[in-house]
Amino acid sequence: MTKPVVIVGASMGGLRAAEALRRFGYLGPITAIGDEPHAPYNRPPLSKEVLANEVSHEAVAFPQRPATADVNWVLGTRALSADLEHRTVTDSKGQVHPYSALIIATGLRPKRLQVSNSELAGRHAVRTLDDAIALRAALVPGARVVILGAGFIGCEVAATARKLGCEVTVVAPGVHPIVRPLGVELAREIQRRHEGEGVRFKMKTAITDLIGENAVTGVLLDSGEELACDVFIEAIGSDTNTEWLEGSSLDLSDGVLTDNAMRAVKTDGTACEDVFAIGDVARFANPMFDGVARRVEHWNIPTDTAKRVGQVLAAKLNEAENWPAVLDEKFAPTPSFWSDQFEMHILAFGLLALADEVKLIHGEIDGECVFGYYRSGNIVGVCGIGMRSTVQGYRAAIGSVPS
Amino acid sequence: MTIKINVDMAKCQHYGQCVFEAPNIFKLNNDDKLEYTAEADESERANVEAAIDVCPMQAIFIVD
Repeated sequence: MTKPVVIVGASMGGLRAAEALRRFGYLGPITAIGDEPHAPYNRPPLSKEVLANEVSHEAVAFPQRPATADVNWVLGTRALSADLEHRTVTDSKGQVHPYSALIIATGLRPKRLQVSNSELAGRHAVRTLDDAIALRAALVPGARVVILGAGFIGCEVAATARKLGCEVTVVAPGVHPIVRPLGVELAREIQRRHEGEGVRFKMKTAITDLIGENAVTGVLLDSGEELACDVFIEAIGSDTNTEWLEGSSLDLSDGVLTDNAMRAVKTDGTACEDVFAIGDVARFANPMFDGVARRVEHWNIPTDTAKRVGQVLAAKLNEAENWPAVLDEKFAPTPSFWSDQFEMHILAFGLLALADEVKLIHGEIDGECVFGYYRSGNIVGVCGIGMRSTVQGYRAAIGSVPS
Repeated sequence: MTIKINVDMAKCQHYGQCVFEAPNIFKLNNDDKLEYTAEADESERANVEAAIDVCPMQAIFIVD
């Protein structure tokens, strides 16, 4: 019997990989193993629209397509280990899954604050559907909310909580929210608009301990100040889910290193023929920019990398004559993201953090505006508040930058 | 053969990600609002399916 393609990770990346395998002509068995109990669902609305309304699986579930109706979904089950030599994955229920090819799509989990009093209840993260259901129940009008972290997730949740009538304070180490990718000028403006809506910021500040008997009732800042709170939300970035691959020959120095065909690369620098990685957990060099391999945590990356794997792997498994040509095709997905915070509709393309120069190129800073992000004079990113058509107009220019 | 396309405009947030996948079907107008063609040739199906995949709000549907 043909051994299945085993996908570990049953979120958007895993689903898109299964769909892409079918679209590119692979008809054999597919097994997808995921630790969450839910079928694949769409995460972005969980910090925005859906969090502001009613959180349910139905509100965010991806539609299932006929082509992938026969995928064997093994949900509520964690992959424990992989044996790359014998081509098997062992899961938390003791099942051993032989594979013809392995696709790693285990993504990220939220980093958590490490403090002495860290076992208290009432701490929230923003990643999974279950996280969002728990958080939604806590965001009642008048609740005192402290958010640790002022990246995109922290700012989106701050705006949503404020709109729901909560008292919101954001605590973060940077000078302004989202300053690392966006640059000081735009980040300062975003902070100003949040403050205009009543969000308070404690920037250049750390939390040194949590206060409370059973549940968090306050946080202690490094300034010595105490902030009372009813809801404590941690939005301080993510860790990669690669522990189950430890002891394998793969390069796991930050996620799973891959080549341009998304084939996992071993510590000796050679690429595996039958192990792939996609999505947030994959670290790869994008020829659109430079030769540096990076993980890119933008929403389009799981879909784009899954399609690339579907194309490469289907050609390989079908022993297609054009497989070498498929392998040699240049894969250069344009990073793309958006964020909604109060009346701000932020849209961006490229890798903004690469820029050595940021300048306002359209509009007014206190209205709708577009910023260009340049490295050595070449545009590497564009970001706007509003003016989406204008922002979109720069996407192709980013794609044409010589590496 | 034609396909029918429906966008749930109550869900759509005009992010415009679909525009790059199916430029013959979707565009943002001068007010940055989504406009789309509700009926297209079968040959557009793959592009529209790609647009469905990248819609942040999962607001695009092919009505079969």
